[in-house]
Amino acid sequence: MKAAHYWHCFVGIQTREWLRFWQQRTRFASALVRPLLWLVVFAAGFRAVLGISIIPPYETYITYETYIAPGLCGMIILFNSMQGALSMVYDRELGSMRVLLMSPLPRPFLLVTKLLAMGVVSIGQVYVFLLLALLVDVEPPLWGYLAVLPALLLTSLMLGALGLLIATWIKQLENFAGVMNFVIFPMFFMSSALYPLWRMNEASPWLYWISQFNPFTHAVEAIRFSLYLEWNPMAYGITAGVAVVLALLATAGFRPQRTKILGGKPA
Amino acid sequence: MTIEARNISFRYGDKPVLREVSFALTSGGFHALLGPNGAGKSTLFGLLTRLLALQQGDILLAGQSLKKQPAEAMRKIGVVFQQNALDLDLTVRQNLQYHAALHGMSRKEARARGDQELERFGLLNRANEAVRQLNGGHRRRVEIARALLHQPSLLLLDEPTVGLDVASRKALNQHVRNLCDEDGLTVLWATHLIEEVREDDRVLILHQGQLLADGAGNEICEAEGTHDLAETFHSLTGAG
Repeated sequence: MKAAHYWHCFVGIQTREWLRFWQQRTRFASALVRPLLWLVVFAAGFRAVLGISIIPPYETYITYETYIAPGLCGMIILFNSMQGALSMVYDRELGSMRVLLMSPLPRPFLLVTKLLAMGVVSIGQVYVFLLLALLVDVEPPLWGYLAVLPALLLTSLMLGALGLLIATWIKQLENFAGVMNFVIFPMFFMSSALYPLWRMNEASPWLYWISQFNPFTHAVEAIRFSLYLEWNPMAYGITAGVAVVLALLATAGFRPQRTKILGGKPA
Repeated sequence: MTIEARNISFRYGDKPVLREVSFALTSGGFHALLGPNGAGKSTLFGLLTRLLALQQGDILLAGQSLKKQPAEAMRKIGVVFQQNALDLDLTVRQNLQYHAALHGMSRKEARARGDQELERFGLLNRANEAVRQLNGGHRRRVEIARALLHQPSLLLLDEPTVGLDVASRKALNQHVRNLCDEDGLTVLWATHLIEEVREDDRVLILHQGQLLADGAGNEICEAEGTHDLAETFHSLTGAG
């Protein structure tokens, strides 16, 4: 197989994801309601309770809305990745996964391309969200919108791979409610998305340590720092490292014998 | 393209689904894989298409082992799955282009090949319609056209007529037979419907994971001392 074959395949998978996005644009629009509610309603109520001191990457006192915006960007990707990965393995996308895996190109390439394609669509949503966030005065520097792109890509790859791993290995979590309770909410709440970690350390040291080990924390920090044009090598390094490890595990784990459902019911 | 299955066994957990299945199909022509529901047909297709991994035995496509050179082998296979594998919201052409891209074809190439196949299937005028608007028979045709886009030499069809009315079933079956004659394609058609198989077809009868008969339909009948395939099928499997 030549490089051109890989390129055509890559473009084809991306195109399909965007076509589907366009077909289901109302669903995607409604998916934006969740983070917007957090930003507008939750943050308004919460900012009175929680004072934010000056912490990097911010140079001045910030509103609570400004603080949680990067975490909510992460949340959009988190929800989309889990939902997408789950549908890759179960029911809705099953037919198309079969078609995907019939390609003669290597499966790790196909799966990573698919995860990236899903990620790119999520990132589109993140940008729409950031634009709407301007209405509540979340105003990162203009170049921040560009600088945040690699962090968003890494985050979506990491979470997509995690979703794929979960969907292929943990049978008990085959519905979205299970994933929401046992993966999405714990990951989101035990991270720096809603409150700075030093705050959490004051309240509960063990929670602080869990959050430190939660890769989602580092993904959110990578998004936060790059959005404000600051370089955070640790957050970036951990997010990239975890993304690579999870992508390797997910593609290696996506063996047909583990997803017997792909071969059709025993018939 | 020749297909050779060597001593394939497969189990889901403790449940054996295929037991030491071996057969060799020659290049070109229509081959029927006949078996009641639960015989192991879909599992065999899963193995042939690498959606399931071989647990025991090997499959050789045109002499190449699926274990050793899967990519080479996959390039020569076109598949129509039992369940719909089309994106209902995308147009016919978009579905074909996605498949073509997965096989490394450029958009231009994909469009030319897609139109060629659609024309042959009498569906070119519907290329820009969403698949959802097509009836069951036409959707199946689109799936076959899609499976042929990359010009495979082996076409695998897993109960392709499920859910179709009698007339559509017949038409589809005849259509695939024509493809065999026109293109020299090797076809393996899995079904539980005896009326889709002709007496002179090469027939494999699978029941409870075991291959019970393998040969030309009329020869199998002769060997079993029965009048027709339906009777043979019934006496071998208790079904039909």
